[in-house]
Amino acid sequence: MEFTISNKAKLTTLILVVVGLASLLLGIFTSHGHHMSQQLWANLLVNGYFFFTISLAALFFIALQYVSEMAWGVTTQRVFQAIMAFMPIGAVVLLIVFAASSMHWNHLYHWMADGVMDPASENYDKLIHGKEGYLNQPFFWVRTLLYIAVWIYFARWFRKKSLEEDKLELNGATSPIYGKAIFKGVLFIAFFAYTSSSSAWDWIMAIDVHWFSTMFGWYCFSGMWVSMMIVAVVLVQYLKRNGYMKEVNSSHIHDLGKWMFAISCLWSYIWFSQFMLIWYSNIPEEVTYYVQRFEDYQLLYLGTFCVNFFLPFFVLMSRDAKRNGIFLVPIALIVFIGHWVDVLVMVLPGTMFEHGGLGAIEIGMFLTFLGVFIYTVLRALSKAPLMTKNHPMYDESLHLHH
Amino acid sequence: MSDKTIYAIYDDDYVLLESAKHIVDKGIHIRDVFSPFPIHGLDPVIGLKRTRIAIAAFIYGMIGVSLALTGMWFFMIHDWPMNIGGKPNFSLMNNLPTFVPITFEFGVLCAAHGMAITYMLRNWTLPGMKGRNPYPRTTDDRFVMEIHTHDNDMDEEGIKALLNETYVLEIDVKNP
Repeated sequence: MEFTISNKAKLTTLILVVVGLASLLLGIFTSHGHHMSQQLWANLLVNGYFFFTISLAALFFIALQYVSEMAWGVTTQRVFQAIMAFMPIGAVVLLIVFAASSMHWNHLYHWMADGVMDPASENYDKLIHGKEGYLNQPFFWVRTLLYIAVWIYFARWFRKKSLEEDKLELNGATSPIYGKAIFKGVLFIAFFAYTSSSSAWDWIMAIDVHWFSTMFGWYCFSGMWVSMMIVAVVLVQYLKRNGYMKEVNSSHIHDLGKWMFAISCLWSYIWFSQFMLIWYSNIPEEVTYYVQRFEDYQLLYLGTFCVNFFLPFFVLMSRDAKRNGIFLVPIALIVFIGHWVDVLVMVLPGTMFEHGGLGAIEIGMFLTFLGVFIYTVLRALSKAPLMTKNHPMYDESLHLHH
Repeated sequence: MSDKTIYAIYDDDYVLLESAKHIVDKGIHIRDVFSPFPIHGLDPVIGLKRTRIAIAAFIYGMIGVSLALTGMWFFMIHDWPMNIGGKPNFSLMNNLPTFVPITFEFGVLCAAHGMAITYMLRNWTLPGMKGRNPYPRTTDDRFVMEIHTHDNDMDEEGIKALLNETYVLEIDVKNP
């Protein structure tokens, strides 16, 4: 069945964007101005990164489905393909932020500042200078452009081939695209295994340039994965309520719920492991990251952890809750905001220091991006039939039952 | 009239499932099924209730968590405060991150052991007990339905006739 965006959905996304922009303007005009430009750039990075990586995680999940020859997810494959659609927009936002950082229009990355690597300068920082081999502008740009180009190449390939597969006349033969997709999936996951971590270092961890954590890449990765599962859960519920996707049964819903539950636990596990090791060893160069967050962002930082862990853990633990939209959707929406705040608290303490917080500008920027994101995803969803044809596992997925 | 137990023996799980559907449709109540492995989709057919072992596991897990926290509070904070790496040793809350891994492990330990022991007690299959399955081959390659005449309005001959409509291998009747 073809999906068409209802006028109500169009209106809702428009309202989100309008309310977001209004809140943004309100924030700009009522703020006291010293840190305005920095705050706007930081928020652009937060939302660009958050929504871009949701799309990226959808690409990862599609690749994972092929590599593991996963059958249950075939009926919802178009949903994940649609979530990938925000990648180009997110990439443009990120590139604008990085270009502005390179040209010193903002001060998100202290290591890019003038004189930091120059022993003669009064800005000289010996510790950052020691990282020059990795943190230098040419290498940073090579990496950033490489990540984005390769990821978008794979995203386009999977989408294009899936649409091509629909048009094949197979007469009972196995689709030739399936084997190629498994191979591409392997290539992508091998590439993504490194770049999911290194992109998190380059774009987020390098903000707190004196600090490092070997778990940071996984922390970002699990965060983007769970946010993406939440989008998929909510989107499938939305489609089912509007009479689409009759092929998706309660077992598919259950599986999506299980993923959301499981990756919430993965994220909490990594969050806590990173925190506990640093807290326990108490080495000054490591602990600064947490000192800053506990002093100026305590409510947001610890609140996020409690919401993102305890809420899904206790509410979604039972089988019935994972199969029921009444439990799934509210929890999903709350935890979605929780993970956005998580990215916010990754970025703000190192860019806004004690002046950051959750205000009109943050909320406005979030709502604007959310509106654009939802519209982009729905539009991608409307461009192809909701069910794939000719996928070898399609029939097995239809009969999923547990 | 005394209760008679009818055993219908099959050699395939799918055949048994279809047969069970067939005779349940005719109003027969199946007391139990013995099989070497769980048969997917059989539970709702023979009217088994959903297991409550998940709830039991959750309770055991929570007991484990409370025990671990109480124990560590007593050993490390209350009875003999221990200074390890200068971590706060005067309150459980301030030292909580240290205790989380052990609390988690102990919660899992209690949930897993509690669940296994409950399962064995409920089925009365503790180690060393004699097996109560009527046909030892149900642990290998046979699938057996147990039907009691007391559970049903139909008499022995009627049930046998119904079972013979299915691909049954053998029908065995035991008097009490």
